[in-house]
Amino acid sequence: MTWLAWRQSRAQITIAVAAVLVVAVVAFASGRADTSVRLWLSVLVVVLPGLLGVFWGAPLVAGELESGSFRLAWTQDVSRLRWLALRLAVSGLAAMAVAGLASWLVTWWARPLDRARLDQFGSFDSRDIVPAGYAAFAFALGVLLGILLRRTVPAMAATLVVFTPTRLAFHLLARPYLLPPVTEALPLNPSTTGYGSSGFLPLVPAPSLQPAAPGLPDAWITSITIVNGKGGALTSTELASACPDIGRGRGSGGPASSSGHVQVPQSVVNATHDCVARIAATYHEAVTYQPASRYWPLQWYELGLFLAAALLLAAASAWRVGKIG
Amino acid sequence: MDNAIEANALGKRHGRRWALADCTLTVPAGQVVGLVGPNGAGKTTLLELAVGLLRPTTGTITVRQRAGFVAQGAPVYAGLSVADHLRMGQALSTRWEAGLARRLVDAACLDPRQRAGRLSGGQRAHLALALAVAKRPGLLVLDEPTANLDPLARREFLDSVARAVSAAAESTTVLFSSHLVADLERTCGYLIVLAGGQVRLAGPVDALLAGSAHCQSLDDLVVSYLREVPR
Repeated sequence: MTWLAWRQSRAQITIAVAAVLVVAVVAFASGRADTSVRLWLSVLVVVLPGLLGVFWGAPLVAGELESGSFRLAWTQDVSRLRWLALRLAVSGLAAMAVAGLASWLVTWWARPLDRARLDQFGSFDSRDIVPAGYAAFAFALGVLLGILLRRTVPAMAATLVVFTPTRLAFHLLARPYLLPPVTEALPLNPSTTGYGSSGFLPLVPAPSLQPAAPGLPDAWITSITIVNGKGGALTSTELASACPDIGRGRGSGGPASSSGHVQVPQSVVNATHDCVARIAATYHEAVTYQPASRYWPLQWYELGLFLAAALLLAAASAWRVGKIG
Repeated sequence: MDNAIEANALGKRHGRRWALADCTLTVPAGQVVGLVGPNGAGKTTLLELAVGLLRPTTGTITVRQRAGFVAQGAPVYAGLSVADHLRMGQALSTRWEAGLARRLVDAACLDPRQRAGRLSGGQRAHLALALAVAKRPGLLVLDEPTANLDPLARREFLDSVARAVSAAAESTTVLFSSHLVADLERTCGYLIVLAGGQVRLAGPVDALLAGSAHCQSLDDLVVSYLREVPR
């Protein structure tokens, strides 16, 4: 039976492994110093698990249901549950291996550039072991959606539509809290605190004081806020009453430089400095972050959670397959 | 006489439609049993209930023998070769006669290296039959195996079924469906007529013909029963 599962997935596994190796050869041949190659390789590792879910997971059972070959497979002496378990095991482990291989090669290739950058959390989900967990999850998700929808193409689309937001939501809402973040209080430094706001239109927040990020190499800073001794955040009303003139007179210091930056007049710089110094009497800078040493615990934690989710999805698939008919 | 299949008040609902309703029947063991009825009569539903692909909505069905099954349209794996299919049959079977499988495939002139996706409808039916027969089932279930076959391929296929059954050491029950009575007349000793999801007529072919004075052939007999079914 393992032979059959392998025989049915052999071609796609061979193609995927070959494609990963070709990309690796091209990447290594082009040298290990090009940051745009680094970006493309990272994108590849991020996208690959989703592709495995769409092209391997979704058609695994949906294809059999659509073509009618399940009537051949499920009327032999092997129960359909055992049949599903072996197909899930062979293709699922292959999906993990392909994503893991790609991630390992890219991690190896990008090591010099990653070290120079000191931003290991910036490439967290395209390095080391988590991509294998994403692949297992995407694959199991595709299989389950294929069983529920019973049609290959809608199941492929649904896999993409469900997997992408799930991954994004996990990244934004869960990963920062997998381990309780460290909070550190620093005095507000008037020399390195600016005023303004940043964001994408139309979601640009109101301007506020912007303290500089502290020097925490390779750490993952999740938030920087200005709070008082009781933990209350600095409100815009308090800021306006402490510094009525802040934010006025901007951009009048001269023409924009070639890079688009505008030199702020010295008087405005001084006013901001004084304002921050006044606020620093009662407020301080609170930095929330995951220290650099948490990289590997978080990798293992996230891998474990995605693998557990994949197992739950596989169990749901087994349950649904038993119900068909 | 033992029964291969016993169905009691069997019913199966697909959505809102009852494909089979309150169906009670027995299939005698060791015989070639024809299941005939118009399209939509519930033949496929009954056979898929028998081989465990479907589960009853109401009632029970008991199958006393290990079943080999050729589904409607003889589905196979398009990407796998004929030889791969035989190896698959072996891998999925607790009892497999590799020599018999090879002989059946040879007799049908199938190239072992040929991909199943390139076989004709008749060749595919022969491959599916070889897979079902080589596992040495006590009950061979064939769902419309001759549909989509030309008259010559149909004749060859039915002969091949008859040979496969007679070659078996112990008695094999064959249950096969068709909407063509002519297919059944040549091979069947027992007939079940299904229409509107219920059994309309069942019995040994000889007895059925003897008991009906005005019917010359099995065809006449079946049609006369089907005419009574409210459309």
